[in-house]
Amino acid sequence: MMKNNEDTYYKSLRRTIALIIVAVSLFPLFLLAAVAGYRFHTSYRGKVISHLQEIVEKHARQIDQFLLEKLAEIQTLATITPVEELTSSASLAEILYSFQKSFGGVYVDFGCVDSSGYQVAYAGPFHLARANYAKAEWFKKASAQPYFISDVFLGLRGLPHFIVAVQVPYKDSFLILRATINFLGFTRLVESVRVGETGRAFILNRQGEYQTAVSFQPKLEPKQILESLASKSADAPSGSLRAVNGASSVIYKEIDGTLYLARPLKKGDWFLIYEQNSRDAFSELYSARRFSIALVALSIITVIFIAWALSYKVVGRIEQVDREKEMLSEQVIQTGKLASLGELAAGVAHEINNPIAIMVEEAGWIEDLLPDIQAVAQSAGREDLITEIANTVHQIKTQGARCKDITQKLLSFARGSDARVQEVNVNDVIEDVVGVISQKAKYDRVTLKVECSNGLKPVFASPSELQQVLLNLINNSLDAMDAQGGDLIVRTAQENGWVVITVADTGPGIPESVLPRIFDPFFTTKPVGKGTGLGLSICYGIVKRLGGEITVDSVVGQGTTFKVYLPVIQEKREGDNGGE
Amino acid sequence: MTMAASENRARILIVDDEVAYADVLSRRLKRRGYEVESACSGKEAVQKLRKGSFDVAIVDLKMEDLSGLEVLKIFRTLEPSMPVIMITGHGSEEAATAGKALGAFEYLGKPCDFTSLLEVIEKALTLGREKHD
Repeated sequence: MMKNNEDTYYKSLRRTIALIIVAVSLFPLFLLAAVAGYRFHTSYRGKVISHLQEIVEKHARQIDQFLLEKLAEIQTLATITPVEELTSSASLAEILYSFQKSFGGVYVDFGCVDSSGYQVAYAGPFHLARANYAKAEWFKKASAQPYFISDVFLGLRGLPHFIVAVQVPYKDSFLILRATINFLGFTRLVESVRVGETGRAFILNRQGEYQTAVSFQPKLEPKQILESLASKSADAPSGSLRAVNGASSVIYKEIDGTLYLARPLKKGDWFLIYEQNSRDAFSELYSARRFSIALVALSIITVIFIAWALSYKVVGRIEQVDREKEMLSEQVIQTGKLASLGELAAGVAHEINNPIAIMVEEAGWIEDLLPDIQAVAQSAGREDLITEIANTVHQIKTQGARCKDITQKLLSFARGSDARVQEVNVNDVIEDVVGVISQKAKYDRVTLKVECSNGLKPVFASPSELQQVLLNLINNSLDAMDAQGGDLIVRTAQENGWVVITVADTGPGIPESVLPRIFDPFFTTKPVGKGTGLGLSICYGIVKRLGGEITVDSVVGQGTTFKVYLPVIQEKREGDNGGE
Repeated sequence: MTMAASENRARILIVDDEVAYADVLSRRLKRRGYEVESACSGKEAVQKLRKGSFDVAIVDLKMEDLSGLEVLKIFRTLEPSMPVIMITGHGSEEAATAGKALGAFEYLGKPCDFTSLLEVIEKALTLGREKHD
């Protein structure tokens, strides 16, 4: 239950940290991306559109220029050519020939129509001599003004074309000199503006009829295009198409992913329409947007990953610190318990010493009385009783001495750790420790063997600290062998300048993965509440402080061997020479 | 059995709140010819010392009313020439050093070997006689 609570706590802590990191990192990122993206989008769009506007404007001027040129040419022709020549098909053919020569294939045919609509003369590929145009729309319009450029129409020839017509005064009335412009050539001129992959231009008249050949299907019907452009558009700063009739400014509008630009031609009779797929027109903008989105996505992934990793790490540390804190307080409690236990032991030892002393003294009193008893026994012929009594008294005294020994040891342990360093014979310390621990070993079904080397040199150490080290090592071994039992060997030996204490058990051994950490504070493999993880680290600290070393050698399944190396006291050189 | 002591009838005061211990010790010492009196508290011991004189005192370190060290201090002022042997079940060296510093003649752990106790008593008596002379 407790564990579950803790898990939930750390999980929510981890989540909170991760969320905070994500929020703090991503909020500015999103803000930046949104603001910069919007600014870039707007300015880039504006730039692209104004560029297109410029192109369309230039192109429209070019087309206007072309139309004016053609008109001017026909006007000049009408002015400088004698009427006789204009009315003669043969001379008209000559003029057409020379025009075609100097202007390429712009002019298809020439015709001269009188004021009644009757074609007086004709030069060109069609059989239109003597045709009557009295009812033709263009003729009516051309009759009403000095010059005229028609819309595209099929006419008598049944092919789309448009004409440039100029009035020539003739007698009381007039003649109309009319030239047909090469429709395909004009279309090519209009289409010559091509931007990107989908950018193309065409011309519509006010009625929404094509004035150029279109080899493609526009996204919208021509009429719809005009209507959309004519309607008030927020995009178009210069207002609607109608409002700019005749004025040479380019308006634009984006409809269903297609960008339309329009500029009036021929004084507003025609419109040069430029159409381009928005994606194509703003391709760089879109690719930049794609790149930015990819970048933002990558940042999000990175931030989330970092948040996740960092929160794991931080919470891991917190968890570890919490656990160490818990263990420390456990250790403090343990220490307190030990201290009070020590006091208790000392009290008990003292209390027991008195009755033992009385028992021993009373036994001594019996001994004192033995000569008197002997006299009585002799008279009764029971001298054997004396030997019995003497043996019993001796036994009481021996056991009393043993009790004293035990209480003495208890007292010396209870007196607490004394860190004062003095000359110590390691064997004595081992004897003390083994005296205390042997009973526990017996209960644990462990065979305790002590092999003390005789010629051991003394070392500088605090006896109580050394006892602590040995007790820890032996206790660990006993705990490790726990239920199965086994052999525990405590051995001392002299190796050069070192006294070596070996504590070897036949326990389960320490796994290699754990081995490097066993001297770390708070590291324990014992169940929660059983070990504080401080025993070996304290041993390590004590041995290191004495200038010694502690090593461990363990084979899983075979056992563990701890070795404590303590430096022997360096005798003075003279003493060395003098001795032995 | 030495009869040397019985000639002088050396007087010994045993101070121990453990009555049974004081009792068995006095029996054993009396059998060896000493004149023994026992007190089962510090106060009683001081009263006994005021009434009569003793050649040596055996004082338990831990008692209920006055501690052995306090009794020792009082004894040292009342009768500075009388050697005091400290005896205790609390085998602490600090107490031993403190007792020695206050002028105790010797310090013995409880339970103690009776033979060693007799030796210490004899030594103390020798010292006391030297002081008297």
